Amino acid sequence: MTPVPMEHGLLLAAGLFLIGLVGVLIRRNIIFMLMSVEIMLNATGLAFVVAGSRWGEADGQVMFIMILAMSAAEVSVGLALALRLYHRFRTLDADAAKLMRG
Amino acid sequence: MNWVFYISGMVALATTLMVVTRSNAAHAALYLVVSLLSIALVFFSLGAPFVAAMEVIVYAGAIMVLFIFVIMMLNLGPMATRQEKAWLSGRAWVGPVILALILAAELVYILLGHGAEAAGATEIGAKQVAISMFGPYMIGVELASFLLMAGLVGAYHLGFDPGPERRERS
Repeated sequence: MTPVPMEHGLLLAAGLFLIGLVGVLIRRNIIFMLMSVEIMLNATGLAFVVAGSRWGEADGQVMFIMILAMSAAEVSVGLALALRLYHRFRTLDADAAKLMRG
Repeated sequence: MNWVFYISGMVALATTLMVVTRSNAAHAALYLVVSLLSIALVFFSLGAPFVAAMEVIVYAGAIMVLFIFVIMMLNLGPMATRQEKAWLSGRAWVGPVILALILAAELVYILLGHGAEAAGATEIGAKQVAISMFGPYMIGVELASFLLMAGLVGAYHLGFDPGPERRERS
Protein backbone atom coordinates (compact mmCIF):
# COMPACT_ATOMS: atom_id res chain seq x y z
CA MET A 1 0.00 0.00 0.00
CA THR A 2 1.49 3.33 -1.05
CA PRO A 3 1.44 5.74 1.87
CA VAL A 4 -0.19 9.15 1.55
CA PRO A 5 1.65 12.21 2.95
CA MET A 6 0.17 13.05 6.36
CA GLU A 7 -0.09 16.73 5.44
CA HIS A 8 -2.54 15.97 2.65
CA GLY A 9 -4.82 14.12 5.02
CA LEU A 10 -4.65 16.98 7.52
CA LEU A 11 -5.36 19.47 4.70
CA LEU A 12 -8.46 17.49 3.74
CA ALA A 13 -9.60 17.53 7.39
CA ALA A 14 -8.96 21.29 7.59
CA GLY A 15 -10.92 21.91 4.38
CA LEU A 16 -13.90 19.90 5.60
CA PHE A 17 -13.79 21.66 8.97
CA LEU A 18 -13.76 25.09 7.31
CA ILE A 19 -16.71 24.22 5.05
CA GLY A 20 -18.62 23.09 8.14
CA LEU A 21 -17.68 26.31 9.95
CA VAL A 22 -18.93 28.43 7.03
CA GLY A 23 -22.12 26.38 7.07
CA VAL A 24 -22.74 27.09 10.76
CA LEU A 25 -22.07 30.79 10.20
CA ILE A 26 -24.26 31.38 7.13
CA ARG A 27 -27.24 29.07 7.68
CA ARG A 28 -30.15 29.96 9.95
CA ASN A 29 -32.16 26.76 9.51
CA ILE A 30 -31.43 24.67 12.61
CA ILE A 31 -31.35 21.38 10.65
CA PHE A 32 -28.61 22.77 8.38
CA MET A 33 -26.69 24.08 11.38
CA LEU A 34 -26.78 20.59 12.94
CA MET A 35 -25.58 19.06 9.66
CA SER A 36 -22.68 21.54 9.55
CA VAL A 37 -21.74 20.66 13.15
CA GLU A 38 -21.73 17.00 12.08
CA ILE A 39 -19.36 17.88 9.22
CA MET A 40 -17.02 19.66 11.63
CA LEU A 41 -17.01 16.74 14.10
CA ASN A 42 -16.35 14.35 11.25
CA ALA A 43 -13.42 16.47 10.08
CA THR A 44 -11.85 16.41 13.56
CA GLY A 45 -12.28 12.64 13.59
CA LEU A 46 -10.54 12.46 10.22
CA ALA A 47 -7.62 14.46 11.64
CA PHE A 48 -7.37 11.99 14.55
CA VAL A 49 -7.36 8.99 12.20
CA VAL A 50 -4.72 10.58 9.94
CA ALA A 51 -2.47 11.30 12.92
CA GLY A 52 -3.01 7.81 14.30
CA SER A 53 -2.06 6.21 11.01
CA ARG A 54 1.01 8.47 10.76
CA TRP A 55 2.38 7.01 14.01
CA GLY A 56 1.04 3.51 13.35
CA GLU A 57 -0.94 3.50 16.60
CA ALA A 58 -4.57 2.60 17.24
CA ASP A 59 -5.18 5.60 19.55
CA GLY A 60 -6.43 7.84 16.74
CA GLN A 61 -9.11 5.34 15.79
CA VAL A 62 -10.14 4.96 19.44
CA MET A 63 -10.56 8.74 19.61
CA PHE A 64 -12.63 8.63 16.41
CA ILE A 65 -14.98 6.11 18.02
CA MET A 66 -15.33 8.40 21.07
CA ILE A 67 -16.17 11.32 18.72
CA LEU A 68 -18.69 9.06 16.98
CA ALA A 69 -20.46 8.31 20.27
CA MET A 70 -20.38 11.98 21.23
CA SER A 71 -21.82 13.15 17.91
CA ALA A 72 -24.57 10.50 18.08
CA ALA A 73 -25.61 11.81 21.52
CA GLU A 74 -25.33 15.41 20.26
CA VAL A 75 -27.48 14.85 17.18
CA SER A 76 -30.23 13.06 19.10
CA VAL A 77 -30.54 15.90 21.62
CA GLY A 78 -30.17 18.52 18.88
CA LEU A 79 -32.92 17.07 16.72
CA ALA A 80 -35.22 16.75 19.74
CA LEU A 81 -34.56 20.46 20.39
CA ALA A 82 -35.32 21.22 16.73
CA LEU A 83 -38.67 19.42 17.07
CA ARG A 84 -39.50 21.47 20.19
CA LEU A 85 -38.52 24.67 18.38
CA TYR A 86 -40.80 23.76 15.48
CA HIS A 87 -43.71 22.90 17.77
CA ARG A 88 -43.43 26.17 19.62
CA PHE A 89 -42.64 28.67 16.84
CA ARG A 90 -43.86 26.79 13.71
CA THR A 91 -40.53 27.52 12.02
CA LEU A 92 -37.01 26.06 11.99
CA ASP A 93 -35.35 29.48 11.91
CA ALA A 94 -32.80 29.59 14.75
CA ASP A 95 -33.41 33.34 15.12
CA ALA A 96 -36.98 32.62 16.27
CA ALA A 97 -35.57 31.48 19.63
CA LYS A 98 -33.32 34.47 20.24
CA LEU A 99 -35.48 35.94 22.99
CA MET A 100 -35.14 32.92 25.35
CA ARG A 101 -38.16 33.78 27.47
CA GLY A 102 -38.82 30.43 29.15
CA MET B 1 -4.15 3.14 -2.90
CA ASN B 2 -2.79 6.68 -3.24
CA TRP B 3 -5.22 7.77 -5.93
CA VAL B 4 -8.15 6.41 -3.92
CA PHE B 5 -7.29 8.89 -1.18
CA TYR B 6 -7.09 11.88 -3.53
CA ILE B 7 -10.22 11.09 -5.57
CA SER B 8 -12.38 10.38 -2.54
CA GLY B 9 -10.97 13.43 -0.78
CA MET B 10 -11.98 15.63 -3.72
CA VAL B 11 -15.44 14.02 -3.76
CA ALA B 12 -15.74 14.64 -0.01
CA LEU B 13 -14.84 18.34 -0.36
CA ALA B 14 -17.20 18.86 -3.33
CA THR B 15 -20.18 17.12 -1.74
CA THR B 16 -19.66 18.88 1.59
CA LEU B 17 -19.68 22.19 -0.26
CA MET B 18 -22.97 21.11 -1.87
CA VAL B 19 -24.41 20.27 1.59
CA VAL B 20 -23.71 23.76 2.84
CA THR B 21 -25.11 25.53 -0.23
CA ARG B 22 -28.36 23.57 -0.79
CA SER B 23 -31.64 25.22 0.18
CA ASN B 24 -33.66 22.00 0.21
CA ALA B 25 -32.98 19.96 3.37
CA ALA B 26 -33.57 16.55 1.76
CA HIS B 27 -31.07 17.27 -1.05
CA ALA B 28 -28.50 18.41 1.53
CA ALA B 29 -29.01 15.19 3.50
CA LEU B 30 -28.41 13.11 0.35
CA TYR B 31 -25.19 15.00 -0.40
CA LEU B 32 -24.11 14.54 3.21
CA VAL B 33 -24.54 10.77 2.83
CA VAL B 34 -22.25 10.81 -0.22
CA SER B 35 -19.75 12.96 1.66
CA LEU B 36 -19.68 10.53 4.61
CA LEU B 37 -19.25 7.55 2.29
CA SER B 38 -16.31 9.22 0.56
CA ILE B 39 -14.72 9.98 3.94
CA ALA B 40 -15.15 6.28 4.75
CA LEU B 41 -13.14 5.55 1.58
CA VAL B 42 -10.48 8.00 2.78
CA PHE B 43 -10.26 6.07 6.05
CA PHE B 44 -9.94 2.82 4.15
CA SER B 45 -7.14 4.20 1.99
CA LEU B 46 -5.36 5.38 5.15
CA GLY B 47 -5.27 1.81 6.45
CA ALA B 48 -8.09 2.13 8.99
CA PRO B 49 -10.74 -0.37 7.83
CA PHE B 50 -12.51 -0.59 11.19
CA VAL B 51 -13.40 3.10 11.44
CA ALA B 52 -14.33 3.07 7.74
CA ALA B 53 -16.98 0.48 8.57
CA MET B 54 -18.04 2.46 11.66
CA GLU B 55 -18.37 5.60 9.52
CA VAL B 56 -20.71 3.85 7.09
CA ILE B 57 -22.75 2.10 9.80
CA VAL B 58 -23.07 4.86 12.38
CA TYR B 59 -22.72 8.14 10.45
CA ALA B 60 -24.14 7.31 7.02
CA GLY B 61 -26.57 4.85 8.55
CA ALA B 62 -27.89 5.76 11.97
CA ILE B 63 -27.25 9.50 12.23
CA MET B 64 -28.45 10.29 8.70
CA VAL B 65 -31.61 8.23 9.34
CA LEU B 66 -32.29 10.53 12.30
CA PHE B 67 -31.87 13.59 10.06
CA ILE B 68 -34.10 12.18 7.29
CA PHE B 69 -36.66 11.17 9.90
CA VAL B 70 -36.86 14.69 11.32
CA ILE B 71 -36.94 16.29 7.86
CA MET B 72 -39.84 14.06 6.83
CA MET B 73 -41.63 14.51 10.16
CA LEU B 74 -41.55 18.30 9.93
CA ASN B 75 -42.44 18.11 6.21
CA LEU B 76 -40.44 21.17 5.19
CA GLY B 77 -42.29 22.44 2.16
CA PRO B 78 -41.51 25.06 -0.47
CA MET B 79 -41.95 27.77 2.18
CA ALA B 80 -38.85 26.71 4.10
CA THR B 81 -36.90 26.41 0.83
CA ARG B 82 -37.83 29.99 -0.08
CA GLN B 83 -36.84 31.18 3.39
CA GLU B 84 -33.43 29.53 3.05
CA LYS B 85 -32.93 30.97 -0.44
CA ALA B 86 -33.60 34.45 0.89
CA TRP B 87 -30.88 33.93 3.51
CA LEU B 88 -28.38 32.45 1.10
CA SER B 89 -28.37 35.20 -1.49
CA GLY B 90 -25.67 37.81 -1.69
CA ARG B 91 -23.91 39.35 1.26
CA ALA B 92 -24.57 36.63 3.85
CA TRP B 93 -21.79 34.66 2.21
CA VAL B 94 -18.99 37.17 1.95
CA GLY B 95 -17.83 37.64 5.55
CA PRO B 96 -17.79 33.99 6.68
CA VAL B 97 -16.14 32.82 3.45
CA ILE B 98 -13.35 35.42 3.69
CA LEU B 99 -12.68 34.55 7.35
CA ALA B 100 -12.68 30.82 6.59
CA LEU B 101 -10.30 31.36 3.66
CA ILE B 102 -7.89 33.23 5.95
CA LEU B 103 -7.98 30.27 8.36
CA ALA B 104 -7.50 27.87 5.44
CA ALA B 105 -4.47 29.81 4.20
CA GLU B 106 -2.92 29.70 7.69
CA LEU B 107 -3.52 25.96 7.99
CA VAL B 108 -2.03 25.29 4.55
CA TYR B 109 1.02 27.41 5.47
CA ILE B 110 1.53 25.53 8.75
CA LEU B 111 0.98 22.08 7.29
CA LEU B 112 3.23 22.56 4.27
CA GLY B 113 6.06 23.98 6.39
CA HIS B 114 7.28 20.53 7.39
CA GLY B 115 8.73 17.69 5.39
CA ALA B 116 6.37 15.03 4.09
CA GLU B 117 5.55 12.32 6.62
CA ALA B 118 3.94 9.15 5.37
CA ALA B 119 0.55 8.14 6.73
CA GLY B 120 -1.20 4.86 6.10
CA ALA B 121 2.00 2.88 5.55
CA THR B 122 0.76 0.20 7.95
CA GLU B 123 -2.77 -1.05 8.30
CA ILE B 124 -4.28 -0.86 11.79
CA GLY B 125 -7.02 -3.45 12.02
CA ALA B 126 -9.98 -3.95 14.31
CA LYS B 127 -7.97 -6.18 16.67
CA GLN B 128 -5.44 -3.50 17.56
CA VAL B 129 -8.20 -0.91 17.99
CA ALA B 130 -10.12 -3.24 20.30
CA ILE B 131 -7.02 -4.05 22.38
CA SER B 132 -6.34 -0.34 22.78
CA MET B 133 -9.96 0.60 23.43
CA PHE B 134 -10.68 -2.01 26.08
CA GLY B 135 -7.22 -1.71 27.63
CA PRO B 136 -5.86 1.79 28.34
CA TYR B 137 -9.03 3.56 27.15
CA MET B 138 -11.50 1.54 29.24
CA ILE B 139 -12.53 4.58 31.27
CA GLY B 140 -13.24 6.45 28.04
CA VAL B 141 -15.60 3.69 26.90
CA GLU B 142 -17.45 3.91 30.20
CA LEU B 143 -17.68 7.69 29.91
CA ALA B 144 -19.02 7.33 26.34
CA SER B 145 -21.72 5.01 27.66
CA PHE B 146 -22.63 7.62 30.30
CA LEU B 147 -22.83 10.23 27.54
CA LEU B 148 -25.05 8.07 25.35
CA MET B 149 -27.33 7.38 28.31
CA ALA B 150 -27.56 11.11 29.04
CA GLY B 151 -28.30 11.76 25.34
CA LEU B 152 -31.05 9.12 25.39
CA VAL B 153 -32.69 10.55 28.51
CA GLY B 154 -32.33 14.11 27.20
CA ALA B 155 -33.83 13.29 23.79
CA TYR B 156 -36.71 11.43 25.45
CA HIS B 157 -37.40 14.32 27.79
CA LEU B 158 -37.21 16.98 25.07
CA GLY B 159 -39.30 14.96 22.63
CA PHE B 160 -41.98 14.18 25.21
CA ASP B 161 -45.38 15.60 24.29
CA PRO B 162 -46.96 16.94 27.49
CA GLY B 163 -50.51 16.77 26.15
CA PRO B 164 -52.87 19.56 25.07
CA GLU B 165 -53.78 21.05 28.47
CA ARG B 166 -50.20 21.38 29.74
CA ARG B 167 -48.97 22.62 26.36
CA GLU B 168 -51.19 25.68 26.52
CA ARG B 169 -49.92 26.55 29.99
CA SER B 170 -46.24 26.44 29.03
